Amino acid sequence: MEQVQQALPASIDDVLAALSAQRYIADRSLATTIYLALKRHKPLLLEGEAGVGKTEIAKVLASMLDTRLIRLQCYEGIDVNTAVYEWNYTRQMLHIRLLEASGANNDAAMQDIFGPEFLIRRPLLEAIDPGNKKAPVLLIDELDRSDEEFEAFLLEILSDFQVTVPEIGTLTAPEPPIVVITSNRTREIHDALRRRCLYYWIDYPTLEKELAIVLAKAPEASEKLARQVCIFVKELRAMDLFKSPGIAETLDWVSSLVTLEIHELQEGPVRDTLGALLKYQDDIEKVNSGNALSKLLHKVIGA
Amino acid sequence: MLPENNDLLTAHDLERGHQLQRKLVEFGRLLWDMGLDVGPGRMVEASKTISLIDVKKREDFYHALKCTLLSRHEQEPLFDQAFFYFWQMKHRLSKLDDNAIVKSDEKRGSPIRLPPRERQELEAQAARLTRQLMQPQRDAGRARPSDQADQSDDDDDDEAQGTAYSAIEQLRGKDFESYSWEEMQEAKRLMAEMHWHLGERPTRRKAPSRKGAYPDLRRIIRRNMKYGGELMELTWRKIRRKPRPLVIICDISGSMSLYSRLLLHFIHTISSGLQNTEAFVFGTRLTRITRQLRKRDVDDAVRDVSKNVQDWSGGTRIGECLRDFNYRWARRVLGHGAVVLIISDGWDRGEPDVLRAEMDRLQHSSHRLIWLNPLLGAEDYRPVTIGMKTALPFIDNFLSAHSLDSLLELGKVLEQIDDSRPSRRGQARLQQLPGR
Repeated sequence: MEQVQQALPASIDDVLAALSAQRYIADRSLATTIYLALKRHKPLLLEGEAGVGKTEIAKVLASMLDTRLIRLQCYEGIDVNTAVYEWNYTRQMLHIRLLEASGANNDAAMQDIFGPEFLIRRPLLEAIDPGNKKAPVLLIDELDRSDEEFEAFLLEILSDFQVTVPEIGTLTAPEPPIVVITSNRTREIHDALRRRCLYYWIDYPTLEKELAIVLAKAPEASEKLARQVCIFVKELRAMDLFKSPGIAETLDWVSSLVTLEIHELQEGPVRDTLGALLKYQDDIEKVNSGNALSKLLHKVIGA
Repeated sequence: MLPENNDLLTAHDLERGHQLQRKLVEFGRLLWDMGLDVGPGRMVEASKTISLIDVKKREDFYHALKCTLLSRHEQEPLFDQAFFYFWQMKHRLSKLDDNAIVKSDEKRGSPIRLPPRERQELEAQAARLTRQLMQPQRDAGRARPSDQADQSDDDDDDEAQGTAYSAIEQLRGKDFESYSWEEMQEAKRLMAEMHWHLGERPTRRKAPSRKGAYPDLRRIIRRNMKYGGELMELTWRKIRRKPRPLVIICDISGSMSLYSRLLLHFIHTISSGLQNTEAFVFGTRLTRITRQLRKRDVDDAVRDVSKNVQDWSGGTRIGECLRDFNYRWARRVLGHGAVVLIISDGWDRGEPDVLRAEMDRLQHSSHRLIWLNPLLGAEDYRPVTIGMKTALPFIDNFLSAHSLDSLLELGKVLEQIDDSRPSRRGQARLQQLPGR
């Protein structure tokens, strides 16, 4: 198949421009890292608190490069069968029965059942498929949830971008996929893997940046509401909460408020919708207790 | 946050490209000496990386080096210090490092600042580096100090055979508190010989096995091909099991001082004997010591810990420290059914309410919560301090830690931890938190 040479951004400024064309508000530091990862064909390891937009980067990269996004969601116990390939047993068995019925019971026919049509392709195999016209973006999401064995296996795949299926042969990616790995740090990622990646820590955004994100992602919200929301969230993050709200929560909250046709923060509606921002009962209690909330709102509206 | 004046590199540097490479190598060495994992491989990476950017742009140069040479968020302040020190003027250090540190810790309620000592060390490192730079051509392949020196630690095994059995027996039951120096040494040696085994948990992985609950379809099909696809042989898979992670949180405040150094030895042996251990110490604040304990040599490790811990033998705020643990570490270290071991005498000067809430949270996020109290060894001990009383309902096992025997007892408990969660955790919550 004809391979199409991917047009990669030519400079850091190009990356910045492309990201903002995708309505992703990024710092120059992130753009630098992305630029280098693309140029050097290195996996990008993104860490940061939940909800700061790690997964989003992979999505944005895919649409920015106009290529497929292949997502591998990690979980404990994920193994080669679920990440790379699996045989379709039911079809295999049916096929055997059919062969029997048709009387064609010879070895060659039996070998068919390990052919490509019985192969179930899982994300990693999809990502290195020699038939890919363009290198896809491979998102390995929440790697920290997988176990050490899987991480070790991944190390191997990431260094060669090839997979061997015993019955079919070795499959090699014509052009290595663009790999984005995210971790929420529920477990330490091993140094060996870190060394293979370019590392970037995504922080909670600054007020101005978050405002820009809200305005870009939730254009239905008025600028006044958006600003109040961002200040409120920033104040919440300064509180000692078990789980501070991420950008994802901010956006959730804004759209909840807009749905309720609220154009300005008020104590009642804020209290009713806190669940969009805070995900632990203790945190909600803390914000709701006494006059903590009204103090907070006072600060926001005064700002 | 980047300084405005001063180009990173002088025109002279740019003229001579190899100067930059050389400086880069020296910078890598500085990072290595500061404890960052920057080996030659990374340096090659860095050199490739910066060839792709315009090195005259300070900001791009900084970010490019950072994403290549750094791979842990925690080390960001150190990296920033080193970067600004090395590529800028020395007098900028004091101003910049504070900014860098505050920035990276802003989101944590309580900023952790690098102690002045570390800054001093950094300056000393840098001074040494400057001296080295002044030297003409140095030997290129200087051996890196390996932080896990492979020393065999069984040199004096035979020596021990001479010790009378009865003496050891006596020592085992004796309270650490009344140890002489010699006994202390002997106890350390005995501790090093202890074997640890932690109860296992089922994983989500399956392994082939003759008898199992899950048919191994892949192998069944392949195997039965020889019978023309008729299923004659069945093969199975079963759930694989793995030892649970262990998290130790040890009190090193003043009231524990008679025990704490010996307990640190104990923590070291247990964490080198088990696969997956995390260790923390606390007094007025919590410090993670897992990395220090990875040193093979016990004494080195203990020395390292005491060097790094700020509040050795100070007061105790158990509740606040557990809170710190719950907020900052629990999510990262309590996965996969971890067993938590708190070692403390329960003397607490903090708020009982905080302790209660945090113990509750901790018990719910761990598979088993064990409390070791060195005072429990005394016959007349009653848990009457407010701290201990508050914590008690949330503990699954309350054990002593005053003698070698009591540690062996702990060993048995750890080994017997099974899949079932202790049944009384719900009750504790109801009794203690009527408001919920």
